[in-house]
Amino acid sequence: MTTQKYLGRSRSLLSIMLLSALPSLTLAQDGLNGANTAWILTATALVLFMTLPGLSFFYAGIVRSKNVLSVLMQCFAITCMVSILWLVYVYSLAFGEGNDWIGGLGKAFFAGVSKDSMADNGIPETVFSMFQLTFAIITPALIVGAFAERMKFSAMLLFSGIWLTLVYAPVAHWVWGGGWLQKMGLLDFAGGTVVHITAGVAALVAALVMGNRHGFPRTAMPPHNLTMTVAGAGMLWVGWFGFNAGSALAANGDAGMAMLVTHISAAAGSIAWMIAEWIRYGKPSVLGIVTGMVAGLGTITPASGFVGPAGALIIGFTAGIVCFLATNVLKRVLKIDDSLDVFPVHGVGGILGTLLAGIFASTQLGIFSGQGFAKGVTSMGQQFGIQFIGVISTMIYTAIVTFIILKVIDVIIGLRVTKEDEIQGLDISLHEERGYII
Amino acid sequence: MKMVTAIIKPFKLDDVREALSEIGVQGITVTEVKGFGRQKGHTEIYRGAEYVVDFLPKVKVEVAVSEDRVEEVVDVIVRAANTNQIGDGKIFVSALEQTVRIRTGETGQEAL
Repeated sequence: MTTQKYLGRSRSLLSIMLLSALPSLTLAQDGLNGANTAWILTATALVLFMTLPGLSFFYAGIVRSKNVLSVLMQCFAITCMVSILWLVYVYSLAFGEGNDWIGGLGKAFFAGVSKDSMADNGIPETVFSMFQLTFAIITPALIVGAFAERMKFSAMLLFSGIWLTLVYAPVAHWVWGGGWLQKMGLLDFAGGTVVHITAGVAALVAALVMGNRHGFPRTAMPPHNLTMTVAGAGMLWVGWFGFNAGSALAANGDAGMAMLVTHISAAAGSIAWMIAEWIRYGKPSVLGIVTGMVAGLGTITPASGFVGPAGALIIGFTAGIVCFLATNVLKRVLKIDDSLDVFPVHGVGGILGTLLAGIFASTQLGIFSGQGFAKGVTSMGQQFGIQFIGVISTMIYTAIVTFIILKVIDVIIGLRVTKEDEIQGLDISLHEERGYII
Repeated sequence: MKMVTAIIKPFKLDDVREALSEIGVQGITVTEVKGFGRQKGHTEIYRGAEYVVDFLPKVKVEVAVSEDRVEEVVDVIVRAANTNQIGDGKIFVSALEQTVRIRTGETGQEAL
């Protein structure tokens, strides 16, 4: 506050002295907060780093060597395509003036967004929009894990673009763009519903609509390069600081607390998965510990600005155990080929975290207390009810729309490559390249 | 002349190489191979998905020797590669018709 007042005073001085000489400088400084802007610029870079190359490496290491490039290509192409769609109309749909359900097209092609346009907290709108764009990039990139090793590249592009428009943009508007869930008081700090539930549910639907890879679950499909996966996981952990602490949209105590709880939950999720696997299968695995990390991070995401560090410890441990069990059920019992386990890790984590945010946000839990409920919410029951509505509505909406998109694309151009191409591997059959020439 | 082909455990390669050098064997050829015998495969688990790996990594050592040294060479390999556990490998001895040293064109025993 002091800084802002100080800036205010110096601004008036400046405008008197330099008004004629530097009018644009005074305009640019109107309400700008340098600390907040610097942090969100940094956080934006961290979140893009999560997709390129964090998630790309994480996924690419888990597929077989004949498909390594296809996964890297999918993540890269999604990044480029989403960025352009974001400019053209998606930013406007998500964050432009609109109604409770969807934003308008007033900001299509960033109409009216200049270098002097300001978002909240003294951050330029360009920075706010770039930060949000990196979230819009990673969400469809997460879904890649569900249909890896068998989807046509053209169908993947078409699906990701339409899905971004019909699922991501509206849900982001509901929760962060002034839509109905935000007005209701849903606590979703960094994207439990908007990112992880939408991606996780879409992944499950995609796996069911597309069917299993040939040979699943009888044929061995082990990860081809876990070293790459662990490197990607490390990048995700670091990038997640930008994801969660950046979602404070300010360089303040909320950001600091978000970073702390994010870190604790990642560590707790890793340890929990490792222990669960050790007990269940006799050995702690490398893929297990890094998957537990992702579970811990995904689960703390919606809660990160609202809970305290001890609450985060509980959330992280719960995430590791629950996501471990969910992964086992999906693969071994239901035999659904969500190839890289997007639903049991991100979907289940997002659901769990959004619900737990409604509990651990409470200020009445002693050492496990958080920062308090949403404005106007008086009890844990009420907050939990809102969280539940947020989870269920996001799940149902995502499932229905994703299903329709996939079915329509299947009719028009087909979703899967031929069996022959799948067995040969997508690197050669779709891209005429090999990942490794040794 | 005979060709002695030994399939051994990879970590026993150095022992076998040293033992053969000690008895004056001049050269060997080593290949990384995969296969299965009585040891069968093992199970790998990735996020709960269990895969049986049928083929285990082994090392194939090939030694060309004169007839009078076959027994000695086989004996040395057996001793060096033995861990007394299932999966130690096998040795095959087969007839070798001809040997040529490329540099000099020498043939037969001379080329060994």
